[in-house]
Amino acid sequence: MAEDRGTPLVELNDISISFGGIKAVDHVSVDLYPGEVVGLLGHNGAGKSTLIKCLSGAYQKDSGEIRIRGQKVEINNPRDARAHNIETIYQTLALADNLDAASNLFLGREITTATGLVDDAAMEAETRKIMARLNPNFRKFSSPVSALSGGQRQSVAIARAVYFNAKILIMDEPTAALGPQETQMVAELIQELKRQGLGIFLIDHDVHQVKALCDRAAVMKNGKLVGVVNVDEVSTDDILAMIIAGKKPEHLAA
Amino acid sequence: MTDTAHAPADAPRKRSLLETLEVDTRLLGMIGAFIVLCLIFNFVTDGRFLTARNIFNLTIQTVSVAIMATGMVFIIVTRHIDLSVGSLLATCSAFMAMAQTVWLPNALGLELGSAAIAPLAIILGLIVGALIGAFHGWLVGYLTIPAFIVTLGGLLVWRNAAWYLTNGQTIGPLDETYNLFGGTNGTLGPTWSWIFGIAAAIAAVAILFSSRRNKVSHEFPVKPLWAEVSLAAIVVAAILGFIAILNSYEVPTARLERLFEARGEVMPEGFTTGYGLPISVLLLIIVAIVMTVVAQRTRLGRYIFATGGNPDAADLSGINTRLLTVKIFALMGFLCALSAVVASARLTFHSNDIGTLDELRVIAAAVIGGTALSGGIGTIYGAILGALIMQSLQSGMAMVGVDAPFQNIVVGSVLVIAVLIDIIYRKRTGAH
Repeated sequence: MAEDRGTPLVELNDISISFGGIKAVDHVSVDLYPGEVVGLLGHNGAGKSTLIKCLSGAYQKDSGEIRIRGQKVEINNPRDARAHNIETIYQTLALADNLDAASNLFLGREITTATGLVDDAAMEAETRKIMARLNPNFRKFSSPVSALSGGQRQSVAIARAVYFNAKILIMDEPTAALGPQETQMVAELIQELKRQGLGIFLIDHDVHQVKALCDRAAVMKNGKLVGVVNVDEVSTDDILAMIIAGKKPEHLAA
Repeated sequence: MTDTAHAPADAPRKRSLLETLEVDTRLLGMIGAFIVLCLIFNFVTDGRFLTARNIFNLTIQTVSVAIMATGMVFIIVTRHIDLSVGSLLATCSAFMAMAQTVWLPNALGLELGSAAIAPLAIILGLIVGALIGAFHGWLVGYLTIPAFIVTLGGLLVWRNAAWYLTNGQTIGPLDETYNLFGGTNGTLGPTWSWIFGIAAAIAAVAILFSSRRNKVSHEFPVKPLWAEVSLAAIVVAAILGFIAILNSYEVPTARLERLFEARGEVMPEGFTTGYGLPISVLLLIIVAIVMTVVAQRTRLGRYIFATGGNPDAADLSGINTRLLTVKIFALMGFLCALSAVVASARLTFHSNDIGTLDELRVIAAAVIGGTALSGGIGTIYGAILGALIMQSLQSGMAMVGVDAPFQNIVVGSVLVIAVLIDIIYRKRTGAH
């Protein structure tokens, strides 16, 4: 499937990370093409989040290489990742609870006036614009995000990732804290971003959701990659077997 | 401190008066508590507490702690603490005292009393303060030693570094220009105080209305015009009233005679003049404005509050939180040095015990002013008001004649009760 699509957007080649002698990620390779959603699956502690944090700059890999559009890059911190148009929606959302939505959305990338002071009014205006698109019911622009509901907080985190022209989007369990309606909203957003040509890594526990949203699924167990499969060619039972038993389905094993 | 008692009456109007005015109810509570405190002391002392003279003294006594408290807000907001500020003040004071009385005259051949001595000594002192602060910040941020330990060590180190610098001696009298920062020895006089007061009032009104215009231009909701106008009127009245009080405190005749004598003139019969705004208070006002702008309108301030609210989020947003820690502690060190100028100039000499226990006063001022030790929350004006409340308590009790041990017992209890009230307030209002 991958051969005829040119250079991958992201290549994670032979990545390893250890924490105090435990191999959290053990020689894992995954790639991602423009307009593609790759699901990352596995038990808690399988190494999905750790692997992805190498790409978002939160952790540094011990060995292996990262290529963006074929170019080898070094990502040592979240600033480097942002410079490569990699945006991340963390499972914890990574919001500063004491600040309002606009301050969170622009955190680290504030709009400033000619005098170098932060332009709160301009940032709030931009926030109102993007929220009108993502979550039209959002009204609490001047409250700290601690006063928002789970879904509203999620939409702030998503707005932050989408606003800055991300090319590569990492979503770590974006629907874990959401109700059915909001989950549907996120699913629609993923479809839209995909059409715009973004590459998306989606970490999720829900196998059905991965089947519905992803093009390919990479399954990890105990830090190792079990396999990468096209979701159309496998059943949910096959994927579950990969997660639990750590074996690739037999009809694809050859 | 609470306005909940009026809530049912206001309910049908949908928005209460306070909500319409959009004033910080917490700030209002503090100002209310402060006014009640002043009135009680004034009553008990038969009107001696709220005299122009005592208000003047109160403000100059507050400056040193208040300047440091503004820096402590940033430290506490980022979930750190600085126990070394009193000692750091002593080291900076000792350094500047030695610089102006011994080192500069010897090294540069400057004569004692030369105009260059005070500015040079102050600049050197500010650099030393900022460097020591930055060193603390490096230990905390890059070597990840807890700030409590770094500054607890600093408390001992810098207290005794000051001692070593001066051999434990009292150094003085200090340079006359330098002493202008002390309060009584350096005031603007009535004319310049009025000019400053009027300029400040105009600036305050201009800021209020320009922020309103900015909101309107982005079509954000604004409060009604009458609310804005009455708020502006209160602010202008407060500024001009404060200046009027300071101007009405008259310089004693004997002191005026000496001043005229020093200039080789004879004082005209019946001549009187007021002190006006002390330069040290002017300094505090400038610090307060600059620190407020930093807190609310700069990236640095935004990052400080973001880091306090969620250090991981700040890191993941690409903020260099280690360097940020260095900057915050360097700023704290700089402000300690500035306070050292005010504190030693007020005494007109450097003494070995200068700034002793100031770390506790500064932390208490910041905390009474609403800075949350859990991080992420705090205001500059709150900390200054906190310092003023602490100083009023102390001075007021001394004036009433409360025994020394009881004074400290009361101040300690007030600190704890203030934090308790703050916790209850935050729970009620849903903030944290």
